[in-house]
Amino acid sequence: MNTPVTSSSQSAPVQPPSRPVQKPDDANMDRRSFIKWLPLGWAAFAAVVAGYGTLVLRYLFPNVLFEPKQSFLAGTIDDYTAGEVSERFKERYGVWVVRDSEKIYALSTVCTHLGCTPNWLASEAKFKCPCHGSGFYKTGINFEGPAPRPLERFKIFLADDGEIVVDKTQKFQQEKGEWIDPDSYILA
Amino acid sequence: MPYFDSGESLFEKFCKTQVGRAIFRTGIPRNQRQRMMIMLNGVFLHLHPVRLPKHAVKVKYTWCMGGLSFFVFLVLTVTGILLMFYYRPTVEYAYGDIIDLKEQVPLGLMREIHRWGAHLMVVTVWLHMFRVFMTGSYKPPREFNWVIGVILLVLTMLMSFTGYLLPWDQLAIWAITVGSNMAGATPLVGASGPGASLLAIGDVNFITSSSDARFAMLGGRFVGEGALLRFYVLHCIGLPFVMMIFMIVHFWRVRKDGGISGPT
Repeated sequence: MNTPVTSSSQSAPVQPPSRPVQKPDDANMDRRSFIKWLPLGWAAFAAVVAGYGTLVLRYLFPNVLFEPKQSFLAGTIDDYTAGEVSERFKERYGVWVVRDSEKIYALSTVCTHLGCTPNWLASEAKFKCPCHGSGFYKTGINFEGPAPRPLERFKIFLADDGEIVVDKTQKFQQEKGEWIDPDSYILA
Repeated sequence: MPYFDSGESLFEKFCKTQVGRAIFRTGIPRNQRQRMMIMLNGVFLHLHPVRLPKHAVKVKYTWCMGGLSFFVFLVLTVTGILLMFYYRPTVEYAYGDIIDLKEQVPLGLMREIHRWGAHLMVVTVWLHMFRVFMTGSYKPPREFNWVIGVILLVLTMLMSFTGYLLPWDQLAIWAITVGSNMAGATPLVGASGPGASLLAIGDVNFITSSSDARFAMLGGRFVGEGALLRFYVLHCIGLPFVMMIFMIVHFWRVRKDGGISGPT
């Protein structure tokens, strides 16, 4: 290097051979202790990133939801006659409450083909989807049209005061054998 | 070049003033070095190589699909920003604002350009990938850039997915319902996926429909207000931001891996 010697250029022959002994203190850390502390620095950095990442992840799960209620009260067992398909809750909650000879169950009004809303045709005793013609028996079992599986049922149970509660957050699918689950019906 | 021999042009004179020198630092390029300096000194020009191999400008070889993808991305950015002046991402207004954009806003074409541009970008990105594959341009030393490209493809499709919900019509809501149900079927972290019940302490299940991957995506238990806002923010800010970072790396790597690959 031909640059004039300014500070502690080691290649300059005019420098005296003795270098000042460095004391490893806070202000003047030598290479060995720097490398010794390096893992701690990286560990601290990783901890901060992981900690903040965890907070961000938790941030994405809200505590309060501003959604329509997913469960509702549906009267008492006596409100329904055997063989009836009640459309009382279709508009508001998307549920048919059906009572047959032995039990009451809550059917989803969402067609299992592409999600349209079928109509209950009492004279033909079937649910008929206007979009692509899927047909379902009163039980919810599909028998015609493109629907690949039966309508879903929702959790239904009796509250302590004897009122029927339908909980839409839990669903029961016939093709998974879930309709035998006692949560999916009320014995009438 | 006879143009320069016929005395100093107005532009040359301007280049010698202080303002001219400040803007065009290299001046009129008269030799190879100056031509190179112009490419290296400008922030936009320096994206391009100083010299190109002949085949690199052959449309038959590249189809220009990478460049077109970037061009369509720019068109989508401009029209997207314009749409944001009218569109409100709430359940109450979203659908009406889209109809308003189509029927009442002057040059309602903007929304159609954005929509068709979005379709087109998926096509151009796919064709770009196809060309790169057919010309073997994924081979070393370009294998890293191929991976970046695959990530950009996924990001393009996520942009399509999030943008699809914003019109808030039946098609959008049910499409995202179906799409987000797939997230619910993720192993371990999806409530209806395999292994969801493994993450539990005693009777307390941690992965439910109110705490799984689908829930985080939708900001709720079904496609509603939370999902619309989340998808809007991801579509307008989050994903484009990530995409731009990957595009910077992608373009940089094209240059650093030796430019556009040649026929061998």
